[in-house]
Amino acid sequence: MEILEVKDITKHYANHTALRGVSVSIPKQSIFGLLGPNGAGKTTLIRIINQIIDADSGDIFINGEKLNSSHIIKIGYLPEERGLYKKMKVGEQLVYLGQLRGLSQREATKKSKVWVDKLSISDWWNRKVEDLSKGMAQKIQFISTVMHEPEIIILDEPFSGFDPVNANLIKDEILELRDNGSTIIFSTHRMESVEELCDYIALINKSEKILDGSKKDIKNSYRSNTYTIEYKGALQAESDSFKVVKSENLSEGYTQSLIQANNGQSPNILISQLINQVEIHSFTEKIPNINEIFIAKVGGQSHE
Amino acid sequence: MNKTLLIIKREFLSRVRKKAFLIATLLTPILFMSIFAVIIYVAVNEEKNAKQRTIQVLDENGYFDLKESSKYKFVKIQQDLSTAKDSFNVSDDYALLHIPKIDLDAPDGVTIFSKKKLSIALKEDIERKVEKNLRDIKIRQSGISEETLKKLDPKISLNQINMSDTGEEKSSNAEIIFGIGYAAGFLIYLFIFIYGAQVMQGVIEEKSSKIVEVIVSTVKPFQLMLGKVVGVASVGLTQFLIWVILSVTVFTVGATYLGFDMGGAQAVEQIAQNSPNAEVAAELASNSNIQEKFSSFFEIPFAYIIGCFIFYFIGGYLLYGALFAAVGSAVDTPADAQQFMMPITIPLIIAIIGLTAFVLRDPDSNASFWLSIIPFTSPIAMMGRIAFEPPIWQVALSMALLVLGFIFTIWFAGRIYRVGILMHGTKVNYKVLAKWFMMKN
Repeated sequence: MEILEVKDITKHYANHTALRGVSVSIPKQSIFGLLGPNGAGKTTLIRIINQIIDADSGDIFINGEKLNSSHIIKIGYLPEERGLYKKMKVGEQLVYLGQLRGLSQREATKKSKVWVDKLSISDWWNRKVEDLSKGMAQKIQFISTVMHEPEIIILDEPFSGFDPVNANLIKDEILELRDNGSTIIFSTHRMESVEELCDYIALINKSEKILDGSKKDIKNSYRSNTYTIEYKGALQAESDSFKVVKSENLSEGYTQSLIQANNGQSPNILISQLINQVEIHSFTEKIPNINEIFIAKVGGQSHE
Repeated sequence: MNKTLLIIKREFLSRVRKKAFLIATLLTPILFMSIFAVIIYVAVNEEKNAKQRTIQVLDENGYFDLKESSKYKFVKIQQDLSTAKDSFNVSDDYALLHIPKIDLDAPDGVTIFSKKKLSIALKEDIERKVEKNLRDIKIRQSGISEETLKKLDPKISLNQINMSDTGEEKSSNAEIIFGIGYAAGFLIYLFIFIYGAQVMQGVIEEKSSKIVEVIVSTVKPFQLMLGKVVGVASVGLTQFLIWVILSVTVFTVGATYLGFDMGGAQAVEQIAQNSPNAEVAAELASNSNIQEKFSSFFEIPFAYIIGCFIFYFIGGYLLYGALFAAVGSAVDTPADAQQFMMPITIPLIIAIIGLTAFVLRDPDSNASFWLSIIPFTSPIAMMGRIAFEPPIWQVALSMALLVLGFIFTIWFAGRIYRVGILMHGTKVNYKVLAKWFMMKN
């Protein structure tokens, strides 16, 4: 079931078009990666979902209901450009931000206390934000994003600026939130975190969506029937079922080669042929990673 | 809880709870009073210690007799001009006044020589003295005696009575009203600048600390701007109310201590009649001048003036506060704000200059009328007029226009603000602002 449906959104600014007919469906309880190079229109789309700006045309539905102000409490948003009131105390700040999302003062106090305990920063409740380290401030920002238990959590470049320890902590929290029923939208151009976390992705480039779907399906559709093999012995450069794309000598007489299967040849046929020629040590299908797909799609387009 | 209220509450508490607020609230009146005290003290001292300046007078007619004063001492010399100039040059005297042989009906050629440039005040002083001397000489020539002359020079001080439409008479005191007008106008001017700058700083802080995007994902930018502007206004009002309460307290305590109370002149008389301390009573009763001052003082409609002050403070502040917020939203640092301050400061400066140049001098002149009607200057100019009690329709018109004015500027500023707060690192000029203003949401 789709929790968030973006339908044919277009947004023009004075000098350029930020989004042109973008449609995206985001399934419930998934981690959705919104990818694209800088300036592609990701932030504009996120701002439209957050009702910070309005789209020129197109609609957005949350749980089938047209986007309106009652949805504010259902969304948690951690923008890329994020900060806190420096002169405010941590506790007051969390309660204030919770209230702005629509919690009552009591709820906001209770929930933020639970979270500061969870992220072990409860000693800092009465300290001013300006006294905090950057990592602590990021934890506070994260808490303010998720404390009202939103159905949709939108994180714009969530790991930028996090040290590896905090990044892992947040990663675990994100997974836990997903398992507890939240849907997470993730905007980033860090492909390794997409690879690791996302169930679905959409790729936006130059104001248009150029690719979307489940990560698995997309990767499958970009399979090129190439295999990496390691072996001892001499391999024929070409046969009925495959051809060698490139080879490289490894240590102790091993060779690594990339082979391209001819049309309709299954891995089993390849292996049976290879066995006759060489001593095989490994055989892996080369599945493109998201980074390669990203570069192929975006890089390819920019040469047009 | 309404989110705009939530923002107002935060803006208010985050400022009022600071130590700086308490200190500023208590120190500002003390500071102002000390500044005034120092100015008055210096002025009085100057007057007292002013050096008497010696001016040589070379009078070829022989009948000029300039009167010595605390400021000037006149020494007659009898030499030809060039010798006089030489000896003046080596002397320590301040100036040399040369009166050539003149025709009394067309006195020409009176010259003053000095080593330093003379001030306008001194030049006018000497001119007046020579003129007066000349007039005395002419009067004497026409056969009027010295005594008659003295009688022709009476001194009076006007008693002012204002009559209302119903024929009720009220004594008034122009000096006190002038003082109130000046203080009220100036206070509004200060308040607008101080609190306007606070709004601007708050907006820049939100923008540069980058919290603003989180906030506007929960409230409309307009609510955030309005919340900030109103929140800061409530800080200003709180401060003003503390001052009113403090001064009423100080005044009441002081008045009780001195034997006066809010009843004014009647009370003074009553005390005079009932006081067991005959000496004090006699002193009070005899001092009719104090009594008059007090009676006119208490006839000033303070409640009306304070009510108007609060209205014009809020109105003027909202009008300008919104503009300050718009400027803050357009820039990344306070330094960048400088370029957009001109359109805001110019009307304010016109208003404060107009206050002293027109409004307080002649509260019913055309210039005063227009300054106190146009919303951009009316908060300051009308406060200058209010103690003179201008026609009620003018006050009503001015207030109505001010309300329209701040609704307009808040709307205007809101359109720039909603775009500006999300823009980082863009180079902004007036053209860009216009583009933001026109932009669809």
